[in-house]
Amino acid sequence: MKKLLLIIEREFLSKVRNRTFIIMTFLSPVLMVGMIALVALLTKSSIEKNTSVAYVDASGLFSPDDFKSKTIDFENMTEIGFEKAKIIVQESSHEGLLFIPRGDSIDVIAEGVQFFSEESPSMITVGEVENLLRTKLENEKMVQSGIDLNKLEASKVKLDIKLSNFSGIKSSKLINGIRIAIGMGAGYLIMMFILIYGAMVMRSVIEEKTSRIIEVIISSVKPFQLMLGKIFGTAAAGLTQFLIWGLLITMIFVGSSYFFGVDLSEASNSNPNMAVQQMDAQMEMISQDENQTLFTELLNLPLVSMFVYFILYFLLGYLLYSSLYAAIGAAVDNETDTQQFMLPVLLPLVLGVYIGFATVINDPHGTIATVFSMIPFTSPIVMLMRIPFGVPWYQILISLILLLLTFIVVVWIAAKIYRVGILMYGKKTNYKELMKWIRY
Amino acid sequence: MEKILIADKVVKNFGNFKALNEVSISVPQGSIFGLLGPNGAGKTTFIRIINQITMPDEGEVLFDGRKLRPEDVHQIGYLPEERGLYKRMKVGEQALYLAQLKGMTKNDARTKLKEWFEKFDIGPWWNKKVEELSKGMAQKVQFIITVLHEPKLLIFDEPFSGFDPINANLIKDEILNLKKKGASIIFSTHRMESVEELCEYIALIHESNKVLDGRLLDIKKQFKTNTFEVGLVTDRKDDLMRDLNERFVVSEADFKSLEDDLKLNIKLANGDTSTELIRYLNTKATINHYVELIPSANDIFIQTVNSNSKTIQANAL
Repeated sequence: MKKLLLIIEREFLSKVRNRTFIIMTFLSPVLMVGMIALVALLTKSSIEKNTSVAYVDASGLFSPDDFKSKTIDFENMTEIGFEKAKIIVQESSHEGLLFIPRGDSIDVIAEGVQFFSEESPSMITVGEVENLLRTKLENEKMVQSGIDLNKLEASKVKLDIKLSNFSGIKSSKLINGIRIAIGMGAGYLIMMFILIYGAMVMRSVIEEKTSRIIEVIISSVKPFQLMLGKIFGTAAAGLTQFLIWGLLITMIFVGSSYFFGVDLSEASNSNPNMAVQQMDAQMEMISQDENQTLFTELLNLPLVSMFVYFILYFLLGYLLYSSLYAAIGAAVDNETDTQQFMLPVLLPLVLGVYIGFATVINDPHGTIATVFSMIPFTSPIVMLMRIPFGVPWYQILISLILLLLTFIVVVWIAAKIYRVGILMYGKKTNYKELMKWIRY
Repeated sequence: MEKILIADKVVKNFGNFKALNEVSISVPQGSIFGLLGPNGAGKTTFIRIINQITMPDEGEVLFDGRKLRPEDVHQIGYLPEERGLYKRMKVGEQALYLAQLKGMTKNDARTKLKEWFEKFDIGPWWNKKVEELSKGMAQKVQFIITVLHEPKLLIFDEPFSGFDPINANLIKDEILNLKKKGASIIFSTHRMESVEELCEYIALIHESNKVLDGRLLDIKKQFKTNTFEVGLVTDRKDDLMRDLNERFVVSEADFKSLEDDLKLNIKLANGDTSTELIRYLNTKATINHYVELIPSANDIFIQTVNSNSKTIQANAL
């Protein structure tokens, strides 16, 4: 036990004292926030600068008031005529020329609308133009068929279903978004942690092999102790780095939006994603009352048990994968030889994240999500994504037991490979060879 | 004599390959024991079993009279042939770490390390990283780390490789010093002149089998051929040769001398003694040179390995 602590201490110190590690720890948050700020600034400036579109309305249906848009400046060129307008637009900074033909009926006009441009126009611009024209033409059609637009407007109902459970506690729809965010965040965090620090464990094993100190060390400690010490020491360094990252990013976010007035949330607001737009819309609709509900709802989320589960899955998941990484490190002589063994490790990780993103959001308790939250190699990621939506305790129990059993078996196998591998030099290892080592 | 280490019929298999086949070796307390054998014979596997890096499939190892236990690693110091240190770690820190892994307390380790660093005159290296040291310098540090915890049994695998003659001598003196203080030493090497110089006992492993072991002097006696190298001065060389050829097995010898000697290797027949040979030669010529040919460790090594390879090959056929 004392030796294990010594090994953990050395691994930890050698990691955190490493110059690249220190630089990465303090530079990455700055880079990350910088990137986000840059995106925010760029989208902001691109929104501020409106595109301009010229139009020729041969139908005579439209009035200049119909061409009002937040993002597009329209210029009326109807009087110049289509042919001339085409030449002018080609030589000007207009994004394109919109042509509305003459027609007997609205449908004929609608079919004949064309947009001319030098380069293909942005989808946002085209969408906006389509929306404008459609609204106008639809209104026109309704007027033609004798519908009173004012009455139609008056007949609209604003509906926002209030959610509550049977015991009468109100809930906010927004909470689902928060659940998704927490679940995805946790799953993604685990994957990143395993990828970064699993590889670090592997490199550390390879380093001991290539520097040939390994034989000296295992004449003092058991290889298994050394492997565990490495895994825990690296995890400690990783957690330290993650904590610092978390703190720094929060500080920089708060600091920069406070001092420079750069609203970093704009980066996400300008995202043309439908879901986000819906969330925005919902946000705007939230009344004071709903805010209150959201808050109690947040507190009602099983935060403590979620945290406990997070730690459990995080630990077991990391241990499971990093022992595989350690075995891979022991099986090869240098990092370039690791490729062939990496796929089976990376595949379930990536699969877990994709399954999580694809299925858990839509149907957190569906068959696929449930099955993959049981399979040990994907369960740390998928189950963590499901947990905020409320998973029956027995499912979590089964999944945890399976994960624990797999972990024990995998560590046992990894330790065998590790024990033999660290003393093997110069031989290209393949899977057949690994099987032999397990049986030694 | 008490044995520090007894290996009893140790067997180790790697898959279908038998790395050690019922190898029994006992190392007397306080001796320097040469563990010899060609490359790939199984020496390293045997050493790793003593260090409990690998476990034997059959047989057992006794250390200091008891069955080898996990905590015995604290009583063993091992300098592997393939050795190295953490390149980016400072020398002092690294030595402290490795000493603590051998069960020393940090303070104890620091005091002893300072003594050794002073003795080897390498105090200024304490805060240097290993990658800044030359190979020989790193080897010196490694030697200190091996012996620092004052183990009862020391295992050196090619300890002199990588040292210049001056430092090799320094290390040799330290090894003898450790022996004087009571440590037992297993010494594995291919350099036969250091075997001659240092080892009292040897064992020879060849193709996974122990083919020879015992006190080096006894083994030499066993291998001696009753052959004497002589230098004779006489006017009647041809007559002398004829007479000698009738009584002994004679071949030409080569050594340096001042006179125009008749240089011969004379092998005595069974029952003949050296005294009789001298008496006989004395009547025929002037004896300028008379030495018994003692088989060198090198001769014994080559002869044993070759003859055993042949028997094994013959059996295979």
